[in-house]
Parts: sequence; structure tokens; C-alpha cells
Amino acid sequence: MSALAARGVQVRFGAARAVDGVDLEIGSGEIVALVGESGCGKSSLARALLGLVRPSQGTVDCDDRPLDYRRLKEFRRHVQLVLQDPSGSLNPRHTVYEAVAEGLRIHKVPGDERELVAAALSKAGLRPPERFFLRYPHELSGGQLQRVVIAGALVLEPDVLVADEPVSSLDASVRGEILALLLRLRTELGLSLLVVTHDLGLAWNIADRVAVMYLGRIVETGDTAEVLTAPRHPYTKALLSVVPEIARQEPIVLKGETPDPSRIPAGCRFRPRCPAYAAGLPADLADRCEKETLPVLPADRGHHAACVLP
Amino acid sequence: MSLLELRDLSVTYAGDVPAVRGVSLGVAPGEVLGVAGESGCGKSTISNAVLRLLPKSARVGGSVLLDGEDVYEMSFGRLRAVRWATASIVFQGALHSLNAVQTIGRQIAEPILLHEPKTSRKAADLRVGELLEQVGLPARRAKDYPHQLSGGQRQRVMIALALACKPRLLIADEPTTALDVMVQAQVLQLLTGLVKDLGLALVLISHDLSVLGTTCDRVAVMYAGKVVEEGPASVVFDDSRHPYSGALAGAFPRVGDPRFRYAPAGLAGDPPYPGDLPPGCSFHPRCPVAFDRCVSEEVELLDLGAGRRAACLRAGEGS
Repeated sequence: MSALAARGVQVRFGAARAVDGVDLEIGSGEIVALVGESGCGKSSLARALLGLVRPSQGTVDCDDRPLDYRRLKEFRRHVQLVLQDPSGSLNPRHTVYEAVAEGLRIHKVPGDERELVAAALSKAGLRPPERFFLRYPHELSGGQLQRVVIAGALVLEPDVLVADEPVSSLDASVRGEILALLLRLRTELGLSLLVVTHDLGLAWNIADRVAVMYLGRIVETGDTAEVLTAPRHPYTKALLSVVPEIARQEPIVLKGETPDPSRIPAGCRFRPRCPAYAAGLPADLADRCEKETLPVLPADRGHHAACVLP
Repeated sequence: MSLLELRDLSVTYAGDVPAVRGVSLGVAPGEVLGVAGESGCGKSTISNAVLRLLPKSARVGGSVLLDGEDVYEMSFGRLRAVRWATASIVFQGALHSLNAVQTIGRQIAEPILLHEPKTSRKAADLRVGELLEQVGLPARRAKDYPHQLSGGQRQRVMIALALACKPRLLIADEPTTALDVMVQAQVLQLLTGLVKDLGLALVLISHDLSVLGTTCDRVAVMYAGKVVEEGPASVVFDDSRHPYSGALAGAFPRVGDPRFRYAPAGLAGDPPYPGDLPPGCSFHPRCPVAFDRCVSEEVELLDLGAGRRAACLRAGEGS
């Protein structure tokens, strides 16, 4: 069963196809990493999955039922967002207590507010919670702020968290602690998690499955260990080769940047930057790269790559 | 001989906040020195101290030698000449520090015209074109405004700008932090290429030890205003002797290494506030292997041979 799924989702901004047909499932209790560079459409896909933008095609399914855009408030209790920069996503004039209680008030959650806030803070690792109630964001460190943001999401007892670059603005030594917290939330609360990131190390650290996105499409997906140790798509291979820790292999530095999503090349969309294509392919394969539009990868748990190369 | 040498440099900000506490480092032409550490460890203070860019209220001790000449004894005129022409800095957050309403060509030409007033406009434009090509951008982009460039391209412009007056020392403060991995790889490739081609001395400041480990010749790891470990980049990363550098190295997992799978490594706690440092070794409250002596004894850098130094009582115990 999937907790949250995109089915044939397309998100358009004018002529730009930011997300251009994506099938992605986040299973119950599963951690999926959506990996790609800026401009690849990963944040737009995450926003569609959160109901923040309506896909121009395709549907978002929550618990195997299509998302009802008239009942977004109800949906938001199931799916919560954790943003990238905690100091930017907290109101500097609200105390920690107010920041965490806000969701409860909006959703008119019954029960003892103090208790619920305290429970959420301690789930997020801020213990004892009462000590943090009256603190303001400027009094806390980056790691503590990110925990407050996570507590704000947890207080509504969601089934799914969508975290957009949850550690990229944190100090190195704090990063591991927050990732360990996310892993713990999965084991202790059975949360499902979609992590949007450009950091393959993060995916290796916590994700069960990884989906690599390029120019609006998922180009490779599968079990994290398989995709990251035996990548099949040339784009995944290049991304892996420039991760500094494994740069012992010769880095494949691609030229240029992700192209404009309003001018998606025909055939394989990665072809203009593809090192395998540039190195010269047999005529029949090269021909397929230029002409063949590759199918959208299935959302199942297998290892798939959108590439004509064997 | 070192082009830049810091001798027991210390910087204390107003309110008795010691940001840098006795740092000695050097970098030679053609060499890349990495400085690693987290926010508040003093690494950016060092880059500002080199060119005397600190606020007036900051007290500076020790000395900064640029080509053998003490920066803090230079006249203001001399200092002005040295800035840009001997040493220049690519500041952190440089992506947002370009002037939005001037073409990038004009911004790159500005220091050239200021430092060499006899340069004709035409010669300056020519030089701007060369500089842009040197950083991998077509010369015609000189006519563009910053908003027409991507993040990676703007970072290249910042590097071109820093190279405008042919400095021999370049300090790059977190030059790739806001960039994607692929663009980061492009920028790092550019920087190391410049070191090789122009014989620059490069100081690369970053919180990402893995970036430094693969780009630098030597790395110094800073914690709470002090260098806690220094040595050849690859060994500091692979076989660290200070538990803090070990933790930093572990924070960026090696993809493919089963030890890091489902096991994010971190350090409990937060770096100390420089105005309120713990006694003894300032790392002891977060240190996984601290013992009683660490609480009371301040540890100096110990020479471990093979160009390695570490400030830890247990540094000698390693492999």
C-alpha cells in the first residue's frame, strides 16, 4: 500500500514543464529520496504531492485515493512539510510553544494543548520539552531550530513527512543528528518520508529507495543500495562521480547546467549533456537516443533506468 | 617559501569574544590549503584578518605575513595596493553580492581601473574578456546583468573578479556552498585549474571536509577558534587523529560504504559560543573519547611527524 503517490503527474508553469510525467510511490513506513539538481523539478513534484500546486495532468493519491482538492485541510493532517531553512521558516516573534501549537489551533485538535506540544517536542528530541516552551528562535542553535520545525509537523500526527533539503543549511556535526532523528521517527512512529535533496550521501544515509530526477522526469529509480552502487543511467553515474567522498574515481563533470524546462530536447532529454552519447555510440543506439521518447518509469520497487543503453 | 603565513594569529571581537585563538598556518604558491570548521569556529574571521577587513573594535594579535611583509604594519596606501593585487577574497555568499544594476563586465573592470589608473577603457574591456574566458564563460557575457546568470555562472564571475588584478593569493570562503553537486564540481575544477596554471596559492574555506579532502593539498580543521588538526588532506580525512575531524569526516558519508548505510553519524550538542568557552579542551563536552584530563588541560597542537599536527591528548594513540 502506498501512503502517498504521484500518478502521471505533470506540473506546468506556462510553457515550462517543470514536472513532465512522474509516477512515484511512497510506501507506508518507507523513506524515499528524490534526488536531482536545482531546476530538475524535484521541488515542484514535492509541492504537487503536498497539494500546494495542482498538477496539470495526473493525480496525487493519498492512501490510494485521489486527493480531493476541496478537502485539503484534512489532507494536510496526513501529510506535513519540513522546510529547508529552519531560521527562515519560523516566525522570530513566536516562541517555540506558539510555533508548535499553531497547527493544533488551525486544525482545532481536541485535547490538552500543552501536553500535545510537549509530546511533539520530545519526539523531535527536544527534552525536557518544557525548557523550550518560552524560547525564541534566535536563542536556539540551527539543529534545535530544525527540531522545532519537525515538532511542528509531528504535532498533527501525520502519516507522511515531506522534507525539502532538511539538513542542507545545518552544520556538519549537527546534520547526522537530524538524519538519525528522521530514521527514528520512521521506526518509532511508522512515518513515511519523502526527502527532497541534491545530496546523494543523505540518500545513502537514510533512504530505502531513491528516485533520480532530471528535467522533469525520473530517469532512474530503485533500491538505494542498488542505484547508488550499480547506477545504470549516465546521469546517475555522473552525479555519483562528483560526490567528493568517492571522487577517487575520475569525476565525470558534465558541462553546463540543467536546461530550460520550456525547451525540453526531443528524444532522450539528457542526450545534449550525456557523456555516453558524446563519446560515440553505435548508429542504431545513437538513433534511438535522438528519436525515441522514453516511457515514464513505473512506480514499483524494481530498479529502472530511462536509458536505451543496456 | 610561504606566500601567506599566519603566526600565532588571534582575533578578539568587542565584548571579549575570542574568535581566533592562536592560529599558525602557511600556504605556498601552487598550493591549496583547506580550512574546515563549522559556523562560529573562526574560519571566516581568518580570511578577513588577512586583508585587515575586521571591524575596528576587533583586537588582533600575532602576525599575518604576506610575502614576508606584515600586513598589520603596512601603511594604508600599501595595504590598498596589496588588496586585490597580491591577495583577493571570494567572499561567502558572494552569489548575492554582485551589483544588480551594473553589467558584470563593468564590475570586473572597476578594480582594474582603480588599481591601474593608466589602463584605457578598451584595454580594461579586453582584460575583462580574458578573465571571463579564464573562468569558463564566453567574453560576450560581460554585457550581461547578474540576474541573467545562473548561480554557478555568478560564482565564476566572482572568481574572475577576484583574479582581476592578478593576485598571487586567492582566499575562497565557502565558494560552493549554495551550489549543486555538479556545479560544485565545475567550480572546484576551475579553482584547482587556476592554481596549476597560474601558480596561485589558494586558501579554501569550507564546512565540508569531504570537498576539502579531495581538492586540497593540506587541510587545517578548526574548532572554537583553534586549529585542532592539520596535515595532508587525504590523511586528515581518512585517518584523523582528532575526534572532531573524525566526526566532521563521518558527517559526509561515503556513498557505497556499508558502514554509513542507515547510520548517519553526527555529534551530540552544538559548537560552543566563542564568548563562553568550556575550560580545558574546548571540544571535551562533545567528545566521545574525553577523559578527566581533557576537562582541565588546555591542549596545544602536538607534532605527530609526517607533516601532521593534532591538538588532542589521545592523538598519539591512533593507528
